[in-house]
Amino acid sequence: MDTTIAAISTNNIGSSAINIVRVSGKDAIKIVSSVFTNKKLETAPSHTIHYGYITEGKEKIDEVLVMLMRAPKTYTTEDTVEINCHGGYLTTNKVLETLLTHGAVLAEPGEFTKRAYLNGRINLLEAESVSDMLEARTESQSKMAMQGLTGKTTALISNLREKMVELLANIEVNIDYPEYTDELIITKENITPVLTEIKKELEKIINESKNGQLIKNGINIAIVGRPNVGKSSLLNAILEEDKAIVTDISGTTRDIIEGVITYQGILFNFIDTAGIRKTDDIVEKIGVEKSKKMLEQADFTILVLNNNEPFTSEDQELLKSIDPEKGIIFINKIDLETKLNLNQNKLAVLRGSTISKEGIEELKDKILSSFALKDIATKDLTYLSNTRQISLAKNALENIKHVISENEKDVPVDMLAIEIKEAWENLGKIMGEYYEDELVDNIFVRFCLGK
Amino acid sequence: MEYEIIVVGGGHAGIEAAHIAAFKGHKTLLITMNKQNIGDMPCNPSIGGTAKGIIVREIEALGGLMGKIADRSHFQIKMLNNSKGPAVRSLRAQADKVIYPKNMLKALEETENLDILEGMVEDLIIEDNVVKGVILENTQTIKAQIVILTTGTYLKANILIGSENTESGPHGERRSNYLSDNLKKYGLEIQRLKTGTPQRIKASSIDFSKMHEENGDDCLWTFSFDEPATYKPNEQQKCYLIYTNENTHKIILNNLEKSAMYGGYVTGVGPRYCPSIEDKLVRFKDKERHQLFLEPESLYYDEWYLQGFSTSMPRDVQEKMVHSLEGLENAIISKYAYAIEYDAINPLQITPTLESKIITNLFTAGQINGTSGYEEAAGQGLIAGINASLKIEQKEPLILKRNEAYIGVLIDDLVTKGTQEPYRMLTSRAEFRLILRHDNADLRLRELAHQKGTITDQQYQNYLNRKKALEEGEKYLRQTKLKITSEIKEIFIQENKTVPVVTESLFDLLKRPEITMNFLKNFIEIPFTSDIEEELEIQIKYEGYIKKTYKEVEKMTKLEEKQIPKDIDYQKVKNLASEARQKLEKVRPISLGQAARISGVNPSDLSILSIYLKKEYGKYEQK
Repeated sequence: MDTTIAAISTNNIGSSAINIVRVSGKDAIKIVSSVFTNKKLETAPSHTIHYGYITEGKEKIDEVLVMLMRAPKTYTTEDTVEINCHGGYLTTNKVLETLLTHGAVLAEPGEFTKRAYLNGRINLLEAESVSDMLEARTESQSKMAMQGLTGKTTALISNLREKMVELLANIEVNIDYPEYTDELIITKENITPVLTEIKKELEKIINESKNGQLIKNGINIAIVGRPNVGKSSLLNAILEEDKAIVTDISGTTRDIIEGVITYQGILFNFIDTAGIRKTDDIVEKIGVEKSKKMLEQADFTILVLNNNEPFTSEDQELLKSIDPEKGIIFINKIDLETKLNLNQNKLAVLRGSTISKEGIEELKDKILSSFALKDIATKDLTYLSNTRQISLAKNALENIKHVISENEKDVPVDMLAIEIKEAWENLGKIMGEYYEDELVDNIFVRFCLGK
Repeated sequence: MEYEIIVVGGGHAGIEAAHIAAFKGHKTLLITMNKQNIGDMPCNPSIGGTAKGIIVREIEALGGLMGKIADRSHFQIKMLNNSKGPAVRSLRAQADKVIYPKNMLKALEETENLDILEGMVEDLIIEDNVVKGVILENTQTIKAQIVILTTGTYLKANILIGSENTESGPHGERRSNYLSDNLKKYGLEIQRLKTGTPQRIKASSIDFSKMHEENGDDCLWTFSFDEPATYKPNEQQKCYLIYTNENTHKIILNNLEKSAMYGGYVTGVGPRYCPSIEDKLVRFKDKERHQLFLEPESLYYDEWYLQGFSTSMPRDVQEKMVHSLEGLENAIISKYAYAIEYDAINPLQITPTLESKIITNLFTAGQINGTSGYEEAAGQGLIAGINASLKIEQKEPLILKRNEAYIGVLIDDLVTKGTQEPYRMLTSRAEFRLILRHDNADLRLRELAHQKGTITDQQYQNYLNRKKALEEGEKYLRQTKLKITSEIKEIFIQENKTVPVVTESLFDLLKRPEITMNFLKNFIEIPFTSDIEEELEIQIKYEGYIKKTYKEVEKMTKLEEKQIPKDIDYQKVKNLASEARQKLEKVRPISLGQAARISGVNPSDLSILSIYLKKEYGKYEQK
């Protein structure tokens, strides 16, 4: 980290009125001073704002306000300068280029945050939250990212780890002081209730975090059905209604996303089930098998049936592959004669028409309500917010479940301790830190034994 | 007079250092103040205990003396933690305080190449930061290529009983007045530590009828891998369990400021894990009683050791305290409890071979390095003796890894983290304890010992025999199948065990937690000795957990293999947190793995260091 890095820190540089170029590193102040007309900058006190021009040779590039922040009270803990540019895209880029020719290096994505982490200002969880925050596209997303920043998630996890340490401490004391029978002796019987409680809490965190992920990444929705039942018209109907807030998805999402809307603060990602927007010719070539594969990636599935046609074995096949908790049947074309002889009670059914838009609003409501996201979007958003965190929490949960079952089989407590400790470490890794010593120190403060 | 190796101090560290150096053929001198005090046990009358018992087995595997001498000298032995799992099982012997030192002295006197001299070392001969020998109190000088200091608690020792403060080593022995000052002069950092010992009680004055008996195990155990047990289980001596009571607590709390500790007479730092009784009461006010154990010191004199009652109270208060205990109402205290303060060095100034970073060819081991306990001392003494010898032989040193031995954990902790209080080994300090077991110490270490020349051919052969027996045993278990007859089925059902559906090998059956070798013996012959049986049962039954541990070991080893060049200049590593930089400069870790264990070196510091190493030294030097 010998280099001084610079980058444009605002998004949408084309359209926004002010753009910020951020410079961080040991030469940040020197480099900016060398292209800044206001010569007081180099000696000015920290956390002050200065007016002047960024120049290249004799050419004035932009009229700017420069914020001077000296180490260590900055985001990266290094000397940092932020230049508020007033010009548009071209000018801001020019300012950046000028800095780069005067000794700054273009920052890699996330490098400011990486420096903040490496310089010990924030922990890994906080670092991740910052990147979540920067990428947040909806309000609930940014709310969730804020929670990470304020350390609420940390508190939640720490509390669980504390419970594990308590149990471990007791086990360890029993082992290291075997003849002190006055201390609580951890046995098969008293281990299970503690672990069961930890298990429940972990499950809760993970489940809610999955919902949290939905908030962050959106709900992946698949629309499936036989050809010509109206899948693409349904998608168009949904997207069109929200034309104003259709997100520009090019480059920001994976290819399989066919369309995105924001509904009550939550992203709905319609995934491309066999190219539903493409021509029916192609669709016909895509078999049921492929549709099923798509379903695996979906958080929610809409099975579209044609009111005007009888129920087929193909429909039955699709119906079978849908999770009843996370799916719905949309019977399209109710303006036409009912020939559909549907007889099932697996999925909820909604009737409507993509032409009259009947049932569309209701459909969106149904999707949302099947995730109980409304509460999350408005209330206490204490969740693990990315895949790394959730998978660590899941590992910890697996550890705990395994310990519970091993305990039932009379595996000695010494072995169980190994896996409880593993669970404890997994949770520690969520915050990007765990210290062996922390455990050892914790163990003996509460006991008093020995000579 | 000139020696290859001089060992200063005849305690548990000095014994092992001197013995192994002489065994390896080096002309060795052991200097002690009093020959009769060689192998003395100034505190508890036992060898082993949790974790410590495993250290004794490791000493035994590496060719040391402590284990076999304890086997010949105890009057009670038991396996601790039998029910809590194989990794934490550990032997403890009540060693006779008369017999143990006697047997030890005999063993040393029978060791070739070893001379024993009575005297007090007060200074070292140092030339250009290299030690060349020792200077005795009477100004006599003795030269040597290597000096090993194992001075125990004798450096500037003070004994504290209430406000009484006497300049003295344990048992009223003379202390060393000048050696620690001289070490300081040569650049070693000196710290003041404290420990303590409880009262000794006249056996004839104890009413044992009110106490709970603690017996030895009803079977034969040895620390040794080479010598059979010689005792008779039913002739073992009993110990007793008693409790403090409300009255005891009242006496202690009312007199707190009279104790050396709470009266402010002590400057040394005591071990957290062996607190005095007043510490226990102050820290845990709500506890109604504390456990105490009465243990005989020897069968040859009638003093009993009152474990758990260590204190620095004045004598009159100690009288009241002891008399408040049930069964000790009329007890006669033959020795009062005392606290002892002494000088120790800062172990951050020694390398993993136990050589000083400040003075070349000077090794230190035992309490001088900041540890507590006979076994911890002996383990270090052994390693110091081995490494001193290997240095003279110009061979690679023996550095035991954390996944190889408790002794490795102990030394790594000392030289990486330092210690602010006497360091006691605990099973919880060993992250890989599942593979550092009592039963497999020979399997872990004898090959190494053989390579380094620290065991006899016979000892090596014993290990090879056991290894072969294990291989054959495993083969037998894999090949032998248990056919489930209706009779056998019946027994499974009676014992509440799931009946196997198909014919399974004994090996597969043993994988089930509820099926033990003992249970299988009901139907089928298991032709192994008990140690082979135990070993195989553990390996089979806990295979999953053992594998998991090895995975963790692998992770550590990767970091361990990333060596840090000895000449690294931490000032040049930009962006290290200042605490991390200081610690790294002090410890000078040999690998990224060791660096990671230094408290105050955070993950981000490690990333920075690792990036710097890559940039500056290309690929890490691989081992």
